[in-house]
Amino acid sequence: MGANSGVVMQDLAGVDVKRLRISRPIPYRQVAASILLFALLVFIAHAFWVGAIEWHYVSDYLFSAPILRGVRGTIVMTICAMVMGIFLGTAIAMMRMSANPALRWAATGYIWLFRGVPALLQLLLWFNLALIFPTISLFGFFPVNTVDVMTPFVAALLGLGIQQGAYTAEVVRSGILSVDRGQMEAAQSIGMTKLRAMLTIVLPQAMRVIVPPIGNETIGMVKLTSLASVIQYSEVLRTVGDVYYANSRVIELLIVAGIWYMVIVTVLSIGQSYIEKYFSKGWGRAAETVKVLPEGPAAMGMA
Amino acid sequence: MSPILQAIHVQKYYGAFHALNDVSLSVDRGEVVCIIGPSGSGKSTLLRCASQLENIDGGVITVDGEIAGYRRSGETLVPLSDSQIARQRQDVGMVFQRFNLFPHRSVLENLLEGPVRVQKRPVEDCRREALALLERVGLTAKAAAYPNELSGGQQQRVAIARALAMRPKIILFDEPTSALDPELVGEVLSVMKELAKSGMTMIVVTHEIAFCREVADRVVFMDGGAVIAAGSPEDMIVRPQNPRVASFISAVL
Repeated sequence: MGANSGVVMQDLAGVDVKRLRISRPIPYRQVAASILLFALLVFIAHAFWVGAIEWHYVSDYLFSAPILRGVRGTIVMTICAMVMGIFLGTAIAMMRMSANPALRWAATGYIWLFRGVPALLQLLLWFNLALIFPTISLFGFFPVNTVDVMTPFVAALLGLGIQQGAYTAEVVRSGILSVDRGQMEAAQSIGMTKLRAMLTIVLPQAMRVIVPPIGNETIGMVKLTSLASVIQYSEVLRTVGDVYYANSRVIELLIVAGIWYMVIVTVLSIGQSYIEKYFSKGWGRAAETVKVLPEGPAAMGMA
Repeated sequence: MSPILQAIHVQKYYGAFHALNDVSLSVDRGEVVCIIGPSGSGKSTLLRCASQLENIDGGVITVDGEIAGYRRSGETLVPLSDSQIARQRQDVGMVFQRFNLFPHRSVLENLLEGPVRVQKRPVEDCRREALALLERVGLTAKAAAYPNELSGGQQQRVAIARALAMRPKIILFDEPTSALDPELVGEVLSVMKELAKSGMTMIVVTHEIAFCREVADRVVFMDGGAVIAAGSPEDMIVRPQNPRVASFISAVL
């Protein structure tokens, strides 16, 4: 018994400790915050309700053919640009970490350039390429007219995919750096070349770190495709624009586009959690629990 | 009979630091060589050079008579390609201090990765062989487990089995028990003893003096990047002749 126990005993003098109750005060702050936020929500909902929004236009156009075409355009462009970005990004990240200084410099220059120039500007550059190169050819072979090749789709894909590659390269590089150097060495010690070790041992482990930010960027890309509306690529923002130029129901159709963006992003978020689960294979039980894991008696017996 | 591994006048620098200074060492088939010495003496560097994880700056290392990493053309050594070096590494097994198992692969997949994917041997043969190796290191029950579910000692035994699965000509052990909790050291050393008895050629960098004394055919003492003395466990550990070796042994025992 220490000196403190005397003091405590004085406080509790003559009290039956077993009968003591702990009071739970009402959480006034939580209640106040809830009421305030609910009021705000009601206010916004009311504003929309009394505002001059013709909601039937929203439901009329949500599943109309031109809008669905736009939604398809958005999804297709998101997928294509991200695939291109991930391939480019992985290649650039590996180049950036290469022992070959020429490759390192090329990769650094790529990232510097395409991360620095605004995406919209890059789209406009690709789309207007015909102004400086009327025809494109492969060292004089297979000449084509630039305007025939540089369709809105191609221009948007190049613009978005290439700049995405610059961002993804940094994500992939941080993922590769997160994998212990010993993994590369162990892979080499069983006869793998550096490239093979990178692709089969290091990158799959790096995915654990890479997937969450890539998911983030994919969601960013869904919205970035709206830039392609400027160069006449028919994604959802452009198709709703086409409709509201004709019928002047601007807000209603922007709400339609907003709903579709939310739907796509929600589906992607769910998909991301599945992909993360797949690449966390082998990490189910965290490393710090290893030491407390019970040793199976069978395993010990055989040792 | 030619030695399995030979280091001849090997030099290695890390920047200005002279990591290996004229190191020569020859290991015969079936021989177990233990390398001891203070930390920073170049023991691990020598192993890493022998397994071609590091390039050497002078001298030659041969594995089973073949020059490691180079092809001789007259008086010049021409570097081999990445894939040729990878081929050579298959003959030299490596067991790391920190195990370095592949965490995204199960224990069995760790053992199959090299033989199946690199050596392209038939899957069924490799699987049978891998399971036999797991039995040998006492971990048959853990074939489907992932490395992070195992204790350090079990992981290191799997790592030894993974090295063996490549059918190497020699296995290099780089402080295999230094990252282990003390109570797990014994199970790894007993696997290594059994391996030594079976005739495997081994170089072991270790601080386990008792293990050296019991298992080594030859003990090599390194300090300051150079081989200071080498001899039988009797001459090196029980009655060390060299005064530096003697003071090291008395300090660690």
